[in-house]
Amino acid sequence: MRTLLLIWGCLIASMAPALAASEADFKASYAAAEAAEKEAGQLRNQWTTTEAALAAAKKAAAGGDFDQAVASSKEAEALAKASIFQATSEKERWKDLEIR
Amino acid sequence: MRTRSANRFVSLTLALAALALTAPFARAADTPDPAADAKAFQKYFTEKFPKLKPEDFVNGPYSMNEDMHRQWEEKEQFPPYEFALDAGKDMFAKPFKNGKSYADCFPNGGVGVRQNYPYFDEKEGKVITLELALNRCREANGEAPFSYVKDEMASLTAYMAFTSRGKPMDIKIPSDPRALEAYENGKRYFYTRRGQLNFSCATCHVQSPGERIRAEVLAPALGILNAMPIYRSEWSGMGTTSRRFTTCNSQIRGVPLSPQDEEYRDLEYYLSYVSNGLPISGPGARP
Amino acid sequence: MASTIRVRAISNGDTTEVQALIQHPMDSGFVKDAQGQVIPPHFIQQLTFEHDGKTVFVADWGPAVSKDPYVKFAFKGANKGDEIKIGWVDNKGTSDATTAKIQ
Repeated sequence: MRTLLLIWGCLIASMAPALAASEADFKASYAAAEAAEKEAGQLRNQWTTTEAALAAAKKAAAGGDFDQAVASSKEAEALAKASIFQATSEKERWKDLEIR
Repeated sequence: MRTRSANRFVSLTLALAALALTAPFARAADTPDPAADAKAFQKYFTEKFPKLKPEDFVNGPYSMNEDMHRQWEEKEQFPPYEFALDAGKDMFAKPFKNGKSYADCFPNGGVGVRQNYPYFDEKEGKVITLELALNRCREANGEAPFSYVKDEMASLTAYMAFTSRGKPMDIKIPSDPRALEAYENGKRYFYTRRGQLNFSCATCHVQSPGERIRAEVLAPALGILNAMPIYRSEWSGMGTTSRRFTTCNSQIRGVPLSPQDEEYRDLEYYLSYVSNGLPISGPGARP
Repeated sequence: MASTIRVRAISNGDTTEVQALIQHPMDSGFVKDAQGQVIPPHFIQQLTFEHDGKTVFVADWGPAVSKDPYVKFAFKGANKGDEIKIGWVDNKGTSDATTAKIQ
């Protein structure tokens, strides 16, 4: 739990505004987000909000706004990672809800 | 925007942690026992709603609330699914281009058989739902398959459900380990939380039947598929089981699987089995 | 082609209860399709019920009424076995009509 909060904390910190993101920054952060979303896809647990963030990132990049593109990519990555966490923990957790 | 999403994650993970702490501790036995599951499932709901007879559960939200029950009685006099039902009857009778018809694909000509679906096909090793069987029938006879979620598929399944009205749900699990696995898979899907809203099917339909989610009264999971397909006012039209599964996924912000995906078929298998004995009430109408 | 109007009229003492379900898209003209194009308005503008040459119920509808509208009302002065006439006209000029016997 604490580790998770630590991870989120780092992610938040890394999302702090840098001096004008470049296209390379966008490409890197988008690739990371896409990879995470692909992993979530293999776990059959993608979120619609992740897809929306990825789309927003692409759109911003197409318009030349790489700051926004990077921000959206990072949000997509965080969402994808949360969905992976959900799928993984639910592998055992589902039994908590089962009627017995 | 960044800070807001960060807060969302913190609250999501905190919510997950809170749920973990408050959830019951017991773990499932390792050997699946569907008969025991079904018994426990039905017991849970009949105890939760002692005033209801078992067959009342197939009316979903209409049995949860007196005002809604009155509305349902009125609605049944002139049900909104009538058009789809009539269309389905005509469609079912019309032969394919090759001269054969739907009746040739189903036992008893497709009349009064809906309560046996889904079934586990031991030759193929997978769950076959009514919707899948209908499209397979079409493809086997040189016709293009229909969309699984509405229109023609809804009309056809509405007609087939109607011919089985009153018959008790009768799903079988053959003593084939793959059938048991499909059943377990469906059960697992039912209770697994998914989507950004972190809901499982059970979150609404086991933990909160009779309560509201926004303006809707939630239906109990027991007998929830017995009324399928349904004319849903929210959709202003008919929808099949596939439609409900996919739209529900989207509503909890999970990317839906394709209709008739293995998980959905297994889910339908599980949900239908644990409602064995309850009468088919389809086609139905819902808010 | 089958009528778009399903109607049931039941006599209850000196009151007749009428229910009707009409098949009609009732497009408001405010909804867009999947391609982003506005679906043009197509809705019933007037629905009329007549008994014995007299109009017993008139509905002046607009875009606010949903698809496949359902109507229920009661009126006095009719007997079992009488006929009622139902008709509607929509904004495109299409119409349909049917008759029903009071049960």
